[in-house]
Amino acid sequence: MKAAKCVVALAVYLLACVPAFGADAVKIGAILSVTGPASFLGEPEKNTLVMLQDQINAAGGVNGRQVEVIVYDDESDVNKCVMAAKKLLDQDGVAVVIGPSISGNTLAISKFFSSAEVPLVSCAAAEKIVRPVDPWVFNTPQLDRHAVTSILQDAKAKGYAKLAILTVSDGYGQAGRGVLKELVPARGFELVADEVYGPKDTDMTAQLTKIKGAGADAIICWGTNPGPAVVARNRAQLGLSTPLYMSHGVASNKFIELAGDAAEGLVLPAGRLVAVDQVPADHPQKPVLEAYVAAYTKAFGPQISSFGGYAHDAFALVMEAISMGGSAASSDIRDNLEKISGFAGTSGVYTYSPENHNGLDESAFIMVTIENGGWKVAN
Amino acid sequence: MDPSSLLQYLITGLTLGSTYGLTALGFTIIFNTTGVINFAQGEFVMLGGMMSVYFMHALGLGEPAAVILAVLGATMAGALVERLAIRPVRDCPAINLVIITIGVSILIRGLAMLLWGKDTHALEPFSGYQPIMFLGAAIMPQAIWVLAISLFLLGALKLFFSGTIHGKAMLACSYDPKAASLVGIGVQRMVLLSFMISALVGAVGGVILAPITMTSYDVGIMLGLKGFAACILGGLGNPFGAAAGGVILGVLESLGAGFVSSAYKDALAFVILLILLFVKPSGLFGLKDSKRV
Repeated sequence: MKAAKCVVALAVYLLACVPAFGADAVKIGAILSVTGPASFLGEPEKNTLVMLQDQINAAGGVNGRQVEVIVYDDESDVNKCVMAAKKLLDQDGVAVVIGPSISGNTLAISKFFSSAEVPLVSCAAAEKIVRPVDPWVFNTPQLDRHAVTSILQDAKAKGYAKLAILTVSDGYGQAGRGVLKELVPARGFELVADEVYGPKDTDMTAQLTKIKGAGADAIICWGTNPGPAVVARNRAQLGLSTPLYMSHGVASNKFIELAGDAAEGLVLPAGRLVAVDQVPADHPQKPVLEAYVAAYTKAFGPQISSFGGYAHDAFALVMEAISMGGSAASSDIRDNLEKISGFAGTSGVYTYSPENHNGLDESAFIMVTIENGGWKVAN
Repeated sequence: MDPSSLLQYLITGLTLGSTYGLTALGFTIIFNTTGVINFAQGEFVMLGGMMSVYFMHALGLGEPAAVILAVLGATMAGALVERLAIRPVRDCPAINLVIITIGVSILIRGLAMLLWGKDTHALEPFSGYQPIMFLGAAIMPQAIWVLAISLFLLGALKLFFSGTIHGKAMLACSYDPKAASLVGIGVQRMVLLSFMISALVGAVGGVILAPITMTSYDVGIMLGLKGFAACILGGLGNPFGAAAGGVILGVLESLGAGFVSSAYKDALAFVILLILLFVKPSGLFGLKDSKRV
């Protein structure tokens, strides 16, 4: 009975959807990890895309054409991601694809896009996605390199010399570890400890004790929730006063909630999205950020994260490329994406070129300190 | 290596180990009554933590009330598991029941995810964050709670199994259910009781752990695995062995992370477990299986 109701509801929904997009709609594909372990990325990204699609269609579309976003959930699974990519390219005939949410999935499907000659604008951050440059593959998040550089600049200014790193043993942590191990010595610091923890580990006291013994001036922790929150708590529990840097992977209110009082005083690089009210009024990102935060919180509640912003920027950049060239053909979108310069998104100001398919630099990050359960922009 | 670091590793290992030990105790109780390894044990631990969080945030209860309700709720869940999943197929061989418990664990995890979402949640420590410094090592107040409650539960279970008629009846069921029922023991009632007690022990573990490790719908997988390993290490069926196995595993992990490499700490603990099982297959405190002919 319930199943029958669902089918009827689905049919009604589909019927209601179909006439909204004429035959002439610009088709944009999206592959996102809406469920599974990476759902903290994919869910806000999907929400954002659907919201932006409705916004732009209500405003008359792009170049007078409606926009249709086809979202597939890869369940954070690389095989499902490959299948979704083939479906978008072979059956749906989309002009451009946004996503996937995670780096491994992006790397697994990027070669299909070069051979199909359809641009892919990924929401994943790994450096390998855009270096070396694949003519058809772009990404929108800030690179690990930018985050590490921001942290090291801060550490240099504070006069630290010996650094310890504590990274999670998954793709995100190990990519960060690679960059850290390259840049920490290169910028004149001494790397005194290189510790690792598992994504499901619940206690990092042993690693922190070892780091304490190594005499580090500061610790850099690289991971996504909940690991870094455990690290922050363990640090407080051990009574350790060594300053602790976090990565941009935890730049959301969820981290403050999880780490509680132990989060106080931690410093991390973050996109300007976490502290919109502290962005100066004349900053080019200010209007974009305010509009996005207002629309997103109105539609989905206050749990806003910078991850949805990656999808926002991907969508906005694609729309910009389409309206710039007046064409929604795949090759024109690709060519025009490379011509985008000084375009303000939520994560930073994008300037793409044939040699640079990430478009951001260190200025996309601000260093923030956690104070009184909120974000305080460091000067 | 300075002594305060060594002490810190030992304390960390003890805290971590007692949580493995508590999970292992739950395995032992059900195994002793039914001969079944209950792979949903980790889920009871998760239910303890997640229900506390739920009762605190959704119903606005204080922590003590929420914790007690959560433990009671998990105990009820243990009873339900026995009634709905184990009792209808009680005549099947033990291996079938083991597979059923794996299914139950997946079901409970799925329900928890749908009901409470995929987020990680934190619980306040029972007596604050301020660490106690002892010979240069920091001890969290919560760690003392964990150790004390674990020891208390171990003692209470020991008394229950050797000193009360119900405890002895449960042991009798594990030796020979048919003989037990012939002397007037309600075997099914004992099985139900064993599921409730092990869910209770697991949930208490989940509650006292949540302030240290935080909790989410999927914490049960890893805890269940480590608890099972602790059981095997200590010798299956021996409650004291299970607790000791947990502590040994926790200390090994912590020392492995401290002295060898944190990247290989899980591997190190399991390699030692394997070596031990090659040397002494019945576990550290397990009795040799003897068959009478």
